Amino acid sequence: MIASQALLSAQDVALVYRGGVRALESVSLELPPGQFVSLVGPSGCGKSSILRLVAGLTAPTAGKLLVAGEPARRARRGAVRLAFVFQDPTLLPWRRVEDNVALPLELAGGSRSARMQAARSALELVGLADFARHFPSQLSGGMRMRASLARALVVQPELLLLDEPFAALDDITRQKLNTELSRLWAQRRWTGVFVTHNIAEAVFLSQRIIVMSARPGRIIADVQVPFEFPRTMELRSRPEFARLCGEVMSLLERGSR
Amino acid sequence: MSEAVRAAARAVLPPAVFLILIVVGWQLAIVVWQLPPYLVPSPQDVWASAQEHAADLGWAIPLTGAAALTGFGLSLVCGTLLGLVFSQFKWVQRSIYPYAIFLQTVPIVAVAPLLILWFGYGFQGVVAVSFILSLFPIITAATSGLTQIDPNLVELFAVHNATRLQELLKLRLPNAVPYLVTGAKISCGLAVIGAIVGEIYAGFQGEHIGLGTLITRANAALDTSYVFAGVLGSTLLSIAIFATVSVLGTTILARWHGAAGRDSTTR
Repeated sequence: MIASQALLSAQDVALVYRGGVRALESVSLELPPGQFVSLVGPSGCGKSSILRLVAGLTAPTAGKLLVAGEPARRARRGAVRLAFVFQDPTLLPWRRVEDNVALPLELAGGSRSARMQAARSALELVGLADFARHFPSQLSGGMRMRASLARALVVQPELLLLDEPFAALDDITRQKLNTELSRLWAQRRWTGVFVTHNIAEAVFLSQRIIVMSARPGRIIADVQVPFEFPRTMELRSRPEFARLCGEVMSLLERGSR
Repeated sequence: MSEAVRAAARAVLPPAVFLILIVVGWQLAIVVWQLPPYLVPSPQDVWASAQEHAADLGWAIPLTGAAALTGFGLSLVCGTLLGLVFSQFKWVQRSIYPYAIFLQTVPIVAVAPLLILWFGYGFQGVVAVSFILSLFPIITAATSGLTQIDPNLVELFAVHNATRLQELLKLRLPNAVPYLVTGAKISCGLAVIGAIVGEIYAGFQGEHIGLGTLITRANAALDTSYVFAGVLGSTLLSIAIFATVSVLGTTILARWHGAAGRDSTTR
């Protein structure tokens, strides 16, 4: 894969926070368009820092990070439609669900009717159409996360960054949202970078898993996930699934030492 | 319906009973300890005095109210604007905000005579004292509300390339509303205190005759019943203003955060 074809390309990226904390060290990574990849690693290994670099919220201390061939901060201003799903739903409490979902389009400018239309269909995608007129405080945790997901999907992202979005949810809700996210990805085929602690979640969702070491974060393994799409709950009970989870787990353990 | 009546009764009855107990205790204390009326007048004396001076009180209460509301309104506007400047220009905040905090520790009431001297022994001077006294809670509330924001929300706006103006209008200002409501509740009470203190310092040689003026005048004449009537009037004014601000605030917040929940299906 040559660099110009990759949607995301990192070469020897390092990130040192003020105070000298080395978050990332010589991270090199190429991501072709349309690939769904998960980053797993021990907590504090800089997984989230990679997302923040890709979103152009921080700049690398060393190395080169290009999104669609441009520096990340410039890329999100035109070259690539980007969306970010945070660990918390991060909704504006004073806005109704539909107005929260429409926010990215509102910030980009554009007619109200068009963006409300888009918000409605994004809410339908995540199964939240009936709650468009509710306020976030009236929703359950899982529903808020769905709203947050809808707000990311409303821009029809080419690059979707997800920072442990389901970490705060109970296991049943988490698995349900995994299945839905996987179904949506199979339909839309955005480039996805998914950060998680949960190995089963990473295996279930991704085509590829990047395993990182403890701080300073380095890439220690790059695992292909061969299962076909669409993926359903049934996949979780297959022995190959369990075997791959075990493999990632042992890689992870080696890296946290 | 009967549930609503019962709820209202639960809210109103206990304080009403307590009020009756206070008045009865007040009366009893006078009888038991034989307190002279120039120290502690009886409830009937105060009531009689209030009726006797009804015309003066009827003028003074709205006048003091107007001065307090003007001071409070100015505080709301100026305090919010200052908070805006602080939130948008970090270096202004860094150089001025420490003084704003420090000034809060100065007993501002002590400055009242100066303000009266500068702004005149009338309405303007009284408004100035009310304004200064009620300003700081608004500055603090506005500054906190405009700057204390969930960092994820700030990053969300950044990821979607929001302009500075968009961030201010769609994130910072709405975020500040609950803070401002809390600040306004503190500030409006202080505005009434400020107006009355202003009137006390302005004295009664001017044309402005508010509650503070009447209290000073009654005190000078050793008419303690009238002083009590003035205090009662001030209390009622203060309660009325606070209740209005509270109800307005609750209404705004219910709309803002959908706390009421009832309007979620209507537009």
